[in-house]
Amino acid sequence: MLEQGGRPPCRSPRQKRWRLVVTALAAAVLAGCATVQSPDPRDPWEAMNRATFEFNDGVDRVVLKPLAEGYRFVLPEPVRAGVRNFFANLQDPWIALNQLLQGKVEAALSDGWRFIANSTFGIVGIFDIATDMRLPKHAEDFGQTLAVWGVDFGPYLVLPILGPSSARDAVGTAVASQAYLPWQLPKWLDLDHRVAWQNSLTVVDLIQTRANLLDVTDLFEQAALDRYAFIRNAYFQRRRNLIHDGSPPPLPPSDGQSGTVDPRVPTNDEAVLAAGARRAEGGD
Amino acid sequence: MKRRLAVLVWAFAALAVPAATGQDLTPDALVKTVTQDVISVIKQDKEIQAGNRKKTIALVEEKVLPHFDFTRMTALAMGVNWRKATPEQQQALVNEFRTLLVRTYSTALSAYRNQVIEVKPLRAPPGDADVVVRSEVKQSGTEPVTLDYSMEKTPNGWKVYDVTVGGVSLVTTYRDSFANEVRNAGVDGLIKALAEKNRQFETKRG
Repeated sequence: MLEQGGRPPCRSPRQKRWRLVVTALAAAVLAGCATVQSPDPRDPWEAMNRATFEFNDGVDRVVLKPLAEGYRFVLPEPVRAGVRNFFANLQDPWIALNQLLQGKVEAALSDGWRFIANSTFGIVGIFDIATDMRLPKHAEDFGQTLAVWGVDFGPYLVLPILGPSSARDAVGTAVASQAYLPWQLPKWLDLDHRVAWQNSLTVVDLIQTRANLLDVTDLFEQAALDRYAFIRNAYFQRRRNLIHDGSPPPLPPSDGQSGTVDPRVPTNDEAVLAAGARRAEGGD
Repeated sequence: MKRRLAVLVWAFAALAVPAATGQDLTPDALVKTVTQDVISVIKQDKEIQAGNRKKTIALVEEKVLPHFDFTRMTALAMGVNWRKATPEQQQALVNEFRTLLVRTYSTALSAYRNQVIEVKPLRAPPGDADVVVRSEVKQSGTEPVTLDYSMEKTPNGWKVYDVTVGGVSLVTTYRDSFANEVRNAGVDGLIKALAEKNRQFETKRG
């Protein structure tokens, strides 16, 4: 379902189906089959992705970034650290479960203890005492679990508001949304004013997450010639690194010929560049 | 994903590591020395903490720049297109890319907020002339971010030719946009785009 590769963009019915799904999500923007100047085999939906990227940028400029800057301006760092830890703690049970689904029992236990320690002694997660107890934070998600189960990366996909993803990782995100505790906890605990709790927690999480990213996004703006391509490439590398828990196998020799590319990760850059060049020269 | 990216800042910050130390230092010792050196300057300098760009850039140029091989970095970011450029074009590319990177490091450094950076002992055999020095940036509440320096032994000592933050290589990340630019507007187009980027920064930040 999620194979990637050298299809010409905007042709296959499968891609069209994906495209429909995503369009429904994005609602606001669809650039359609606009011409893309420099095709990347990993990004067959580049025209649509760039449109979503622009849309996200607009929302960010007008709403999210100003809110995040206000948040950072008003609250001192110790308070923000508490908020950051609180929401990070709510991710840990899901992270532990994903460790388990990937067969990493020891890491799953570590993350489970981490959640218990921080939720109790760390006062509902406001203080990250587990790190000092040698229970470090891990980065796992359902997209990574799918990768470990052998699902391909799939085409690169920019999600509305949420940003860089892929066909596979978007499925992971959709599944994970069922385990998003700021939303589910008020329901499971049957709190009074449930909807108000859900909305407030989700909005605060969105703002604090954006605030945590202010330095990074400034850096991207400063560093990148083409921010879209820069972030896309960084996303490919980052996901590959995470899937292999920080020690990915070396990439095949960069002669563009090697066929032994790990199917779960994007093809290596040299091969991609070569393919792009061939296409640009009309060979595809 | 996003929170982890935040660590990119770190990657760049850590770049800002080196001091002009002796050539006989092992690569990991060199990274450690420069890291400590730069962090101690930032911690003492109120103006840098307050966001004084000029001073931050000066710090990067003095302490970090000498330990980087910008020609190799540029060549790696260019990939196959490097050989298509004339020596003059190559020189122009290296100059513009260096300016861009120095300013980017400075931006990253000004975001430094007391994170702990731990440089790991090198595991490569002693005779190796091409090594990766690994380090970690630690911060409560988030997973540690790895910060790796690819280094090569040259007659002028060990030089960094790539920095990898949380698995994201700086040089590789530039590759797509460099290739796009060259494909659309040629090598001169890329030089122009880089120069334009640097000029924008100049007018924006003063």
